[in-house]
Amino acid sequence: MRITLFAKRNTKEILRDTTNLFFGLGFPLILLVLLSVINASIPAEANNTMFSIENLAPGLAMFGTAFMALFSGMLLSKDRTSSFLMRLFASPMTSLDFILGYTLPLFVMALAQAAITLFASCFAGLELTVNLLPAILVTALSSLLFVGFGLLFGSLMNEKAVGGICGAALTNVAGWLSGVFIPLDLIGGTFKNVADILPFYHSVQAIKATLSGDFAELMPHFGIVLAYTVVVFVLAVIAFQRKMNGNKV
Amino acid sequence: MNAITITNMSKKYGEFTAVDELNLTIEQGELFSLLGVNGAGKTTTIKMLSCLIKPTGGDAVLLGDSVKEHPQAVKAKINISPQETAVAANLSVIENLELIAGIYGQDSQTVKISADKMVTQFGLDDVRNKKTKQLSGGMQRRLSIAMALISSPKILFLDEPTLGLDVLARRELWASIKSLKGKVTIILTTHYLEEVVALSDRVGIMVNGKLTAIGTVLELTKQTGTSTLEDAFVMLSGGAV
Repeated sequence: MRITLFAKRNTKEILRDTTNLFFGLGFPLILLVLLSVINASIPAEANNTMFSIENLAPGLAMFGTAFMALFSGMLLSKDRTSSFLMRLFASPMTSLDFILGYTLPLFVMALAQAAITLFASCFAGLELTVNLLPAILVTALSSLLFVGFGLLFGSLMNEKAVGGICGAALTNVAGWLSGVFIPLDLIGGTFKNVADILPFYHSVQAIKATLSGDFAELMPHFGIVLAYTVVVFVLAVIAFQRKMNGNKV
Repeated sequence: MNAITITNMSKKYGEFTAVDELNLTIEQGELFSLLGVNGAGKTTTIKMLSCLIKPTGGDAVLLGDSVKEHPQAVKAKINISPQETAVAANLSVIENLELIAGIYGQDSQTVKISADKMVTQFGLDDVRNKKTKQLSGGMQRRLSIAMALISSPKILFLDEPTLGLDVLARRELWASIKSLKGKVTIILTTHYLEEVVALSDRVGIMVNGKLTAIGTVLELTKQTGTSTLEDAFVMLSGGAV
């Protein structure tokens, strides 16, 4: 009951901010159009599949969910600094109510965002198959990594810092090291090794494998993403609970 | 009957003692003002009593339940209006009230009734569907107190409730707070001493984490041989009159 009430409040708080709507839903679509136009202007003889829709759709689906870190981090940080959380901490709400109340709306938003991005990709040439449905689910589950980052930084930092880290730094790192915008194999070396260690590239590969129905390829990549998600979420819960108990983190 | 019984309650942060062995009883329906200069330990005391932080020593019992042993039971009986307005900015006035009522376990029908009641009681009818970020500071303060009262708390903590309000808005809030006297036990912290004179049954003065004086305004001025609460407060806080 309390989880539902708090989740509804958080949904309203995020969706009533038009900037959030733009970055959450509009930005991935704008990128899809722009990169599809760039792809169309690459001559076929160049044999460059970097921005082909099969690569672009899973990449943009993942990149779109990176904004979940910004949404969750900003909301939590704002609630903390405005003392709204203090009011709720003094109520009978439990830490589970808080964590799920913040996470569930963003998971649902990630589902909607992934569905919009992937179905819109069908208009740009992505094959419409039943695999789109599990791909939407894999994308939304991968988004929990970013929600976790948001909750972690939102528990520790003020709005300005969260905006810088989750908005500028994390989205850039996730974008550049995911292989969506630059070819990792072509660059190779340390850059590729770092991308291999971090979860963002694997997130894209997991969505790509699901879209193509190659489920054997899904788990190795998705497993890495899930492992990172668990670690980040555990850290976020610890940081949040310490704040809730009035301890310095 | 006592609403709050505080016994040797302390809060230490490493070597620093924010609240030092506080002993105090507050009766049901009493409006008790806690005074002190910045850093005296008022907010830490309120945070311990509202289960936001745990005491490192001693305990406090609120209407039969210990803040250390049964914080959830305590939380169900209290509510707080923090120093900042602490409202959900993108939610309307009525949505904010309904949210808090729901969180304190009211069913959907009761939520509507109590939210409507609060809107009327605090003069928020004209702005009931307005987003709170569009409200004036005074309106936000009123909403903040209405949110603290919608759960029908037996004990209410008001931390600087009129901070930053103009005279008229402050007087309006005083009237609202006065109307609660006798029904709800209120712990008030403020830097406005005229507010303390207008509202309080008793006053406690904290200095360096210790409660150094307690009594009615009249008792405190008599004790210090001063004519105003401000002079008494300055004297009891270690300042020069």
